Amino acid sequence: MSYTPEMRESIKKVEATRPARLDQPFPRLAPEEKERLLERFHPDYRAEGFRDIRVGPNKGEKAPNELVDVLEGRSHLTSDALDLTRIDYDTDVLIIGGGGAGASAALLARENGAGVILATKLRLGDANTMMAQGGIQAADKPNDSPVIHYLDIMGGGRFVNDPDLVEALVIDASLVIQWLGDLGVMFDKEPDGTMMTIHGGGTSRKRMHSARDYSGAGIMRVLRDEVRSYPEHITVLEFSSAIELLMDDKGQVAGAILQNLETGEHLVVRARCTIIATGGSGRLHYQGFATTNHYGATGDGLILGYRVGARLLHQDTMQYHPTGAAYPEQIVGQLVTAKVRGLGAQVVNAEGNQFVYHLETRDAEASAVIRECTERGEGVETPSGMLGVWLDSPMINIIHGPGTIEAKLPAMVRQFKRFDIDITKDPMLVYPTLHYQNGGLILRPDGSIPGIPNLYGAGEISGGVHGRNRLMGNSLLEITVFGRRAGRAAALRAKEVELGKLTLAHVDEWNKQLQEAGIDNPILSPILLPDYARKVR
Amino acid sequence: MPEELIPIYIMGKRYDVPPGLTIMKATEYAGYRLIRGAGCRGGFCGACATVYRTAGDYRLKVALACQTVAEPEMYIAQIPFFPAERPAYKLDELEPTFETLVKLYPELLRCLSCGTCTKACPQDLDVKDYMAEAMRGNIAAVADKSFDCIMCGLCAARCPAEEVQYNIAILCRRLYGKYLAPEAKHLSERVAEIKTGEFDEPMREIKSLSEEELRQRYNERDIEPA
Ligand SMILES: Cc1cc2nc3c(=O)[nH]c(=O)nc-3n(C[C@H](O)[C@H](O)[C@H](O)COP(=O)(O)OP(=O)(O)OC[C@H]3O[C@@H](n4cnc5c(N)ncnc54)[C@H](O)[C@@H]3O)c2cc1C
Ligand code: FES
Repeated sequence: MSYTPEMRESIKKVEATRPARLDQPFPRLAPEEKERLLERFHPDYRAEGFRDIRVGPNKGEKAPNELVDVLEGRSHLTSDALDLTRIDYDTDVLIIGGGGAGASAALLARENGAGVILATKLRLGDANTMMAQGGIQAADKPNDSPVIHYLDIMGGGRFVNDPDLVEALVIDASLVIQWLGDLGVMFDKEPDGTMMTIHGGGTSRKRMHSARDYSGAGIMRVLRDEVRSYPEHITVLEFSSAIELLMDDKGQVAGAILQNLETGEHLVVRARCTIIATGGSGRLHYQGFATTNHYGATGDGLILGYRVGARLLHQDTMQYHPTGAAYPEQIVGQLVTAKVRGLGAQVVNAEGNQFVYHLETRDAEASAVIRECTERGEGVETPSGMLGVWLDSPMINIIHGPGTIEAKLPAMVRQFKRFDIDITKDPMLVYPTLHYQNGGLILRPDGSIPGIPNLYGAGEISGGVHGRNRLMGNSLLEITVFGRRAGRAAALRAKEVELGKLTLAHVDEWNKQLQEAGIDNPILSPILLPDYARKVR
Repeated sequence: MPEELIPIYIMGKRYDVPPGLTIMKATEYAGYRLIRGAGCRGGFCGACATVYRTAGDYRLKVALACQTVAEPEMYIAQIPFFPAERPAYKLDELEPTFETLVKLYPELLRCLSCGTCTKACPQDLDVKDYMAEAMRGNIAAVADKSFDCIMCGLCAARCPAEEVQYNIAILCRRLYGKYLAPEAKHLSERVAEIKTGEFDEPMREIKSLSEEELRQRYNERDIEPA
């Protein structure tokens, strides 16, 4: 599975230009250049990829076609489908989603006195959080401050972020790193305890903390183990997907209907407060892109919230990670962590020439790669016809000394070694891959969802924190910061909630709106899992 | 075209699939819509632990379905769930000692050092070696050597002494991270500054800027050299 002779030829050119590239820094994009590059090559600007939403709170606004399909979907249920007086679980706080945001919320809800049910689609921790490699940002070094972090985030997000959410994020950042450390997360440290931190795209200070290149796993494994330490207060329901929120006759959110993915059984969960922490939507494959996301990332929470009136923000912008694997075929779309560039590896074309500074923000970096492979025709073609450019990983050991790649990027080394590619010696072929949902449900800084009583959200589901472009390392931060905030706020709120009679009337109302908007043959949504099974006759 | 396909056996039943697919994608090609046995699809979550045998070989082998290419005549079965022991504990109440490990996992001392676990590990970790470190009470070494564990459970599934290696390992990593890793002083100092409100005023100031002022400040910000 190692490289083809044609690819080898191109690698020779990469090696030939390497010494010069090591010495000569490539210029960063000027702000106007960057604007132009994005407009011409970023998938968010491809008009054919988008259309207007015809129903619900964001009616008349644009979203990617695949997201509109599920937003305009019909409920799996009707109001009379289930006997809502037969309650399977009754709880203070229901958390939907067992990734980093959900687990953090569960821990803080418990700490604040709530009984918790955590329902998740696959197993606890089968989630995008587990896959994060690069790291988590926090301004905890003397040359840094939350204010500088704030500026980086606003600029990266193109100044449309919600300032209050960004403030919450940067102020809580160091607290969260300390919390995670106390729970036993092993951050990379110097022998004297100083955090090893590096740059990420768009950072002005080295504030990326890591746990080797298993940063997300390092966090998720610990959060999962901690959640399992409190079985008397946190009940975990695996393979249980939320398919609809429940309301009561006072217009409050009052829990959810879960579906057991294996048996199809429906469960009625009545909850004083409900937290949506279902993560992203890469498995909707916007514009046909391959994705880095886990199997269950189908945007379900956006739909659940939208149907009870929660508004979306920046739902028309997705993050394409500039470096998804383009070869070998078996791992196309999977992430090559940004840490590879953070450690100095440059991105170069088939001729071995650098064409973009390697630490631009992701949107710009991805656009430059797309330009190189399309308009400029300088991409490398794989046997399956896919195009890509080289990410020159061997540079890292030259810059930082032998053994650095092996020590800092074990997951990457392993992933490619499985297919006979040695990234300490040869570069990797990459192409942008669908990575992150920049927008989502509008939140307040305490995680509550405006206008919808008793409903909270946290994590990749949110909109506003990152504006139109998230910087690497701010998402692991977001899920812990807002997971904790939502968990706490929901637990406190639960103490005063008085629920009325449960109802699914909003579902009938929704199905009626679809009809009135003339939406024929809506699909059933949320879709819960992508359908990759080949259709046999 | 049929001659291009290769035969694989999913739980004993034959399917013909194109060569070069991972076991996971081959299973989907065969027509399965996975519910169990697929999580991250990228080698990080351990949901897809798989046992297989190849034709003419008596040995059972193990792999991650999302990371392993299906070969002709492969007999495949997934381990969708492995009922492993995770004793009740709260990290706060533990001490980072050998006694803690043995109290929670008394079977630790029954490890035969046979190395079956090391052979099974799809992450190529030397599980036997970190178990030996655990038996010596060297928690830091267990934490370091088990760092890349994805907790798929294959080590435990194959272990003749019925150890739950990966649970011992997460316990050691947590004990190390909380009690043994050197403290980050700059972090504690920053946390203290935040709690005393040191950044409240500068935050108010920057939040009060107009978009234009903020843009200017962003474009002119100094960047720490790489
Ligand atoms: C490969 C990869 C690398 C990344 N690297 C980094 C990085 O280095 N730094 C960084 O900051 N960020 C990174 N990110 C982004 C970051 O990991 C995610 O944005 C973040 O972890 C999302 O956390 P979450 O808890 O919101 O969602 P998730 O972790 O995805 O958890 C959501 C959970 O909800 C479940 N769920 C979904 N729908 C339902 C439903 N209907 N009912 C019940 N449960 C449901 C899902 O199955 C999942 O378990 C990366 C992401 C990926 C995919
Ligand atoms: S599906 Fe996560 S490791 Fe294979």
